[in-house]
Amino acid sequence: MTEISKISLRNLQKRFGEKVVLNGVDLDIAPGDSMVVIGSSGTGKSVMLKCILGLLRPDGGTIQLDGNDIGTLRQRERNALLRHVGMLFQGGALFDSLPVWENVSFGLLGAGGISRRDAKDHAIETLAKVELDAPTADLYPAELSGGMQKRVGLARAIAASPDIIFFDEPTTGLDPITADVINNLILERVQELGATTLTITHDMASVGKIASRVAMLHDGKIIWSGNASDIDRSDNPYLNQFIHGEAIGPMRPDVSTTMPKETY
Amino acid sequence: MTMLAGIGRSFLSFLAMMGAVSTFAGRAIFHAFAPPIYWRLLGKQLIAVGYFSLPVVGLTALFTGAVLARQIYIGTGRIGAESAVPTIVVFSITRELGPVIASLMVAGRVSAAMAAEIGTMRVSEQIDALQTLATNPFKYLVGPRVLATTLVLPALVLVGDVIGVMGGYFMATEMLGFSGSAYIRNTIDFLEVSDVVSGLVKAAAFGFLIALMGCFHGYRSQGGAQGVGRATTNAVVSSSILILAANYVITELLFAQ
Ligand SMILES: Nc1ncnc2c1ncn2[C@@H]1O[C@H](COP(=O)(O)OP(=O)(O)OP(=O)(O)O)[C@@H](O)[C@H]1O
Ligand SMILES: [Mg+2]
Repeated sequence: MTEISKISLRNLQKRFGEKVVLNGVDLDIAPGDSMVVIGSSGTGKSVMLKCILGLLRPDGGTIQLDGNDIGTLRQRERNALLRHVGMLFQGGALFDSLPVWENVSFGLLGAGGISRRDAKDHAIETLAKVELDAPTADLYPAELSGGMQKRVGLARAIAASPDIIFFDEPTTGLDPITADVINNLILERVQELGATTLTITHDMASVGKIASRVAMLHDGKIIWSGNASDIDRSDNPYLNQFIHGEAIGPMRPDVSTTMPKETY
Repeated sequence: MTMLAGIGRSFLSFLAMMGAVSTFAGRAIFHAFAPPIYWRLLGKQLIAVGYFSLPVVGLTALFTGAVLARQIYIGTGRIGAESAVPTIVVFSITRELGPVIASLMVAGRVSAAMAAEIGTMRVSEQIDALQTLATNPFKYLVGPRVLATTLVLPALVLVGDVIGVMGGYFMATEMLGFSGSAYIRNTIDFLEVSDVVSGLVKAAAFGFLIALMGCFHGYRSQGGAQGVGRATTNAVVSSSILILAANYVITELLFAQ
């Protein structure tokens, strides 16, 4: 590879007690790529993101953002790096004690050097980009529908014009039309910012729309990765089972934690 | 054998817990004072903890003072020393009952609220979101709460002291036949500065413990609504016990000769 990766994972390992979740994940994302990671529920996609963001400490391996090994950064350097990173959480994770506009401008206010009035104006501009009107700015997250919360989460993720953005299941739990709207918003905003993105999803419509590259996580490893245009032509049985949503195939839904051993 | 193992295990987990609380307390103190300080959040907490606890603290102090005067009147009556009622009332309130009862009431209100709020933020990933927005959750959530509660509890207790003495005054003058001016003179004449100050020192320590336990249990909560419920209960129980234990320790430190 000639170009330096924007995001690079090498042999990433993470387990919780006995349960091994990530078992040597290797992933490279080039600048400007829109990487989409797919995989069954519970394979550790969110855990992988949290490791990259420094929210979980990996048990092994290295993570590089922009060529910086985040495991060796000090708090101050890591915060400086995080100011160029946006994240849309799977559950929204909006601050429910703050009005929508303060949620959106939280990063800017935290970085300092901006008055609250300007921060609010900026929040209203950003909200317009996700098609929310100005009166929404003064509502609280609990007063919004699920789709509106996703939009606010999206606005918060892009507010500081980051050059790396993570989306954890941006369309899950939305009706197909709203999901498509969110996909379009992601596409437009990311193109506008020229950002590198890593999206996690199970939604194949989402993959078709926003992915330039696709990787599949299974059993703690990336078992397939390639251009988005190649996923239909792959002969990987896991990938084929996943993209066609079939119950029969090499993968079985993970039930081992919920079913006692004796019943086997 | 299994019993010994059980005792050993609980002892070890107790030690681990002590270690975790101490580290948490250290970080909390550091972030309460090291700049930058979030003044807005500090102000919010001062109002939430101080101002909105006033009714609770005032009411409990009023009733406690009244009951105290009645009981001391009965007790001193047995040895014919009823004139000591004002002195003993103000002595007990400033040194013990004011700080302890006010703090227990605030513990129920405030440490529960802190544990529930921070716990909900933890399980709904809002604390993770804070970190990705380059904001230290200790600085943003824990520091202002600990600092505000530590600062505001002495003020609350001072108000409680005054209202408690008033409760005693009303009981004594309305029901027990004391003259108002004599009651007030006796209250003031034998009151020492150290009575009040020791109570305020205790109040500051109790305030610290209340916020510490609320934040600690909230911060560590996991597993959804049930986890938050557990954190809230643990915060109230542990802060109440710690208040009573610390009261003993501080009293010994200040007054044992
Ligand atoms: N903090 C934690 N403590 C213990 N186990 C955890 C923790 N976080 C995640 N896990 C476990 O790690 C595994 C992967 O979880 P993760 O949330 O990454 O799944 P996912 O791939 O994002 O699934 P989904 O698509 O449903 O969101 C799960 O089995 C989960 O139980
Ligand atoms: Mg997930």
